[in-house]
Amino acid sequence: MKKTIITVVGKDSVGIIAKVCTYLSENQVNILDISQTIVQGYFNMMMIADINDSTKNFHDIADDLEKLGEEIGCIIKVQLEDIFNRMHRL
Amino acid sequence: MINIFEVLETNKMIEKQNLDVRTITLGINLLDCADSDVNVVAENIYNKITTIAKDLVVTGQEIEREYGIPIVNKRISITPISLVGARACKSPEDYVVLAKALDRAAKKVGVNFIGGYSALVSKGMTKSDEYLIRSIPQAMKETDLICSSVNVGSTKTGINMDAVKLLGEIILETAELTKEQDSIGCAKLVVFCNAPDDNPFMAGAFHGVTEADAIINVGVSGPGVVKSALESVKGADFGTLCETVKKTAFKITRVGQLVAAEASKRLGIPFGIIDLSLAPTPAVGDSIAEIFEVMGLERAGAPGTTAALALLNDQVKKGGVMASSYVGGLSGAFIPVSEDQGMIQAVNEGALTLEKLEAMTCVCSVGLDMIAIPGNTKASTISGILADEMAIGMVNQKTTAVRLIPVIGKDVGETAEFGGLLGYAPVMPVNQFSCDDFINRGGRIPAPIHSFKN
Repeated sequence: MKKTIITVVGKDSVGIIAKVCTYLSENQVNILDISQTIVQGYFNMMMIADINDSTKNFHDIADDLEKLGEEIGCIIKVQLEDIFNRMHRL
Repeated sequence: MINIFEVLETNKMIEKQNLDVRTITLGINLLDCADSDVNVVAENIYNKITTIAKDLVVTGQEIEREYGIPIVNKRISITPISLVGARACKSPEDYVVLAKALDRAAKKVGVNFIGGYSALVSKGMTKSDEYLIRSIPQAMKETDLICSSVNVGSTKTGINMDAVKLLGEIILETAELTKEQDSIGCAKLVVFCNAPDDNPFMAGAFHGVTEADAIINVGVSGPGVVKSALESVKGADFGTLCETVKKTAFKITRVGQLVAAEASKRLGIPFGIIDLSLAPTPAVGDSIAEIFEVMGLERAGAPGTTAALALLNDQVKKGGVMASSYVGGLSGAFIPVSEDQGMIQAVNEGALTLEKLEAMTCVCSVGLDMIAIPGNTKASTISGILADEMAIGMVNQKTTAVRLIPVIGKDVGETAEFGGLLGYAPVMPVNQFSCDDFINRGGRIPAPIHSFKN
């Protein structure tokens, strides 16, 4: 199973996580792990997700979340987990 | 499991420090396109390239999207065309027909450049090689995406000085024919010593005859990432400095390896090599010269620059080799002037001269790269500069290359504009003393002795 990493970066405000999670749940994306931190006043969230059971493919989900990000004033990136594993794990 | 700080670190490298995969280059063998009729060769070449490379750009874009890493260029390298056209081309004009076919094919598949309008003449020139070389100026004038290279020397064969002399003239002619665009034709023409068969970087890429039918080679980059890592160890000793470069190079190369493996799998074409290069771009922060500054040199070109570059080059290789299963190509730090904002600044401030750049090429990849010189420079002087650089490669058993742009109509103090990744370059002064009688001798410089190293 290829895992997907979703990152949300932006100014902290009410309902960011809720909006992203609502989208994911509506599209049958399972969240495996979620963590967040504040760096220099910016809200950073990372989700590890499983999109294999979703009705939508990777590219559609990435496009939708990018648009959602624009609506809520955040940058949302969707990437396959491999790039991080390769860089940080032997 | 991966944690948020690791994810943020990677994305910061991509977003803030210009980490990218510089190129996926698809090497294609064109030897089977040969025929006795030049128009048939042109058609064969066009058909083969547009078939094999049809999905290259789309696949590159998909990988970019899924991993969130920019892949700046998708390119093609081909068998040196002087071998493919040998039977059909009876004049330089015939080769221009092939050049146009290559250009059409490159545009059809949407790649940035196609490299391999090349000849390998390190010991001698066949008639075909000579026609190809003589066709370069016209080919550069009439095409947009073709890159040309000529290998004129090697450690095993010595230097073909007849070819060096001819290329001095060809470079000037190319400059003249493309003078409307600041002699940009010369930015796509490289003269090599010890040219590698599997280099994915332009303008010197070609698909060597030792290669398979098709192969994927990937060039990684990331001067900005190295610079930013070194900013965190300011003032530390050389051991720490080296360790930091090595770790960073490892991380960068692992991403390159991932992209190469994915591209290879999706295109069904074997993976060849990763080229471990630090390739700068004109973007601020994506500069080799700025790495020197973080290392403690006021400007690139200051005393200590050659040592700094030697260290940087070696550590990039040491870190990168561990991260990739196959390493090849040019593998080293590039020091092009026009493509590196910090180098341009160093030249403008008088810190960096042509002679210092020549010294720097002894310890790095590749050579005198993207250097604008006055348009009224004599052909023999250009040949002299070529010969010097080839000698460095020959004696030190390394690849060296020259990409000089005599900017027609411009002189020292003026600036040549090439645009895009090729950037812009201040016109640099050239030593005015003559080397006419040396260059006019003709013949070859013999291969150097490989013992008694001093």
